[in-house]
Amino acid sequence: MKKRGLTRRSFLTTASATLGAAAIPSASSQELGAPRRAYGERSPFEKSARFFPESITPASSYSRTPLQDLFGIITPSALHYEVHHSGVPEIDPRSHEVMIHGLVEQPLIFTMEDLHRLPSISRIHFLECAGNSGGEQIGRPAINPQRSHGLLSCSEWTGVPLRILLEQAGLKPGAIWVVAEGADAGRMARSIPLEKALDDVLVAYGQNGEALRPEQGYPVRLIVPGWEGNTNIKWLRRVQVVDQPYMTAYETGHYTDLMPDGTARQFTFVMEAKSVITRPAGDQRLSGTGFYEITGLAWSGRGRITKAEVSTDGGKSWQDAQLNEPILPKALTRFRLPWRWDGKETSLQSRCTDETGYLQPTREELVAVRGLNATDHYNGIKIWYVHTEGSVSRE
Amino acid sequence: MNNAAFFIMCFVIAGSTGTLGQSQQYKLGRPATPEEIRELDISVAPDGAGLPKGSGTVTQGRHDYQILCANCHGDRGQGVTPYPALVGGRGTLRSKNPVRTVGSYWPYATTVWDYVHRTMPYPRPGSLTPDETYAVTAFILYLNRIVDEKAELNEATLPRVKMPNRDGFVGDPRPDVRTKN
Repeated sequence: MKKRGLTRRSFLTTASATLGAAAIPSASSQELGAPRRAYGERSPFEKSARFFPESITPASSYSRTPLQDLFGIITPSALHYEVHHSGVPEIDPRSHEVMIHGLVEQPLIFTMEDLHRLPSISRIHFLECAGNSGGEQIGRPAINPQRSHGLLSCSEWTGVPLRILLEQAGLKPGAIWVVAEGADAGRMARSIPLEKALDDVLVAYGQNGEALRPEQGYPVRLIVPGWEGNTNIKWLRRVQVVDQPYMTAYETGHYTDLMPDGTARQFTFVMEAKSVITRPAGDQRLSGTGFYEITGLAWSGRGRITKAEVSTDGGKSWQDAQLNEPILPKALTRFRLPWRWDGKETSLQSRCTDETGYLQPTREELVAVRGLNATDHYNGIKIWYVHTEGSVSRE
Repeated sequence: MNNAAFFIMCFVIAGSTGTLGQSQQYKLGRPATPEEIRELDISVAPDGAGLPKGSGTVTQGRHDYQILCANCHGDRGQGVTPYPALVGGRGTLRSKNPVRTVGSYWPYATTVWDYVHRTMPYPRPGSLTPDETYAVTAFILYLNRIVDEKAELNEATLPRVKMPNRDGFVGDPRPDVRTKN
């Protein structure tokens, strides 16, 4: 750093001369802070990070969001969960294009500049992997919110409604599905009903006010509000309008839920209403009896959350938690409930209701219907256990 | 619900049935040429739409598989952890330990072709020619006793292969879980 003409000592001398004796700084006066920087970084004291296990195929894997460390409903882009099957591609937006073709009057190719020029909207939506908290279903509860529910994040997404791109190309008769495909090495592809594509799907280039992060699909991705994460195709390069679902590997061999009778469900798109307490929660410690605010997240792929309830007595009674504004459809909703811990062993759990009247089930209620062979689309109630010495754990 | 809300709801429903009403044209985007579409369009449908011309035999596939696939999926498709098995699991889907493989679970042979063509071999996705993809697919289906040793697959025969679990899928019945309160 280049030294400035005005040194600290001379500044102090000048300041004290100006302000008089009453303002003379003490010997423990403040140090000047760090200079400006072009792109912000968090405080060095903050260590919260995504979690991922070591794997021999790091390019086809996942990382989890530290839900227990977050406030409010927005996930910082740097902590957004990720799942990808062929690694994160590095794409130059100047050469990236999105093609709309298939059963359309005029196949079209849009550059990133075209997309930025078209009418855009911003929406806050959660993304959740279909497999999020699947271990809970099969009786392997995870140790903390990140490990149990961390394939979940929420961002403000900005982009062009897919409907507008389809309108520019014009639909032909027989169009009832679209196939969306990424520009990743494995060219991830999913079939999506045209009805959804015309409803609220976004061709998004913005995430929390800046360009998408590479792990989230830079420079452009689909946002399919409320639907399983895998349908939200990243690094979008192509949308093909078609007359049938194309039965790609990730809508047949994967993300189909195997039922006890041996049949499998397809297509299980919507992520149903679900909630989790993030504080106090597993891996945390209560430092003594007295006041704590219980807080957590609730969300539904079918719309808004209308109620979040918390039980601090093993599910015998439920109290309405306060829902923090904003309460948005297909977005995370923050809930809070004041609580006094009396030092006794107990458990903490939450459940939520969405605007369709759907109530989040217990694990037992869900397993009674779906069995233990399906682990995708699980949305059972999560229980944290408080022990007398203050530790909170999964059992 | 008051009348206004009802009409708004009807409008929303009418607008989401898959037809486009009047739409504004922004004259942005350029026409995609047939060549540009051909270059990018790799999608394959269960009825065979999108399959390129080509063919491959079980015999050729056995050879290609040993070079391209066996390292991760085992010489007989048994899988090498953490890479999945490609054979086995028939009759296990309603057991306590279901084994979901191409043979026991995947409903369409075209999906096998499409997935191999897009993503395999894992370190070099998309490097197989159509003929190699037909051959490897034929060998994987042969390992699963779905086609016989003399089989040759091409764009006409592949969609006609009936997979064992073809009728094993049902629609989404959710909400399906009854809660007490």
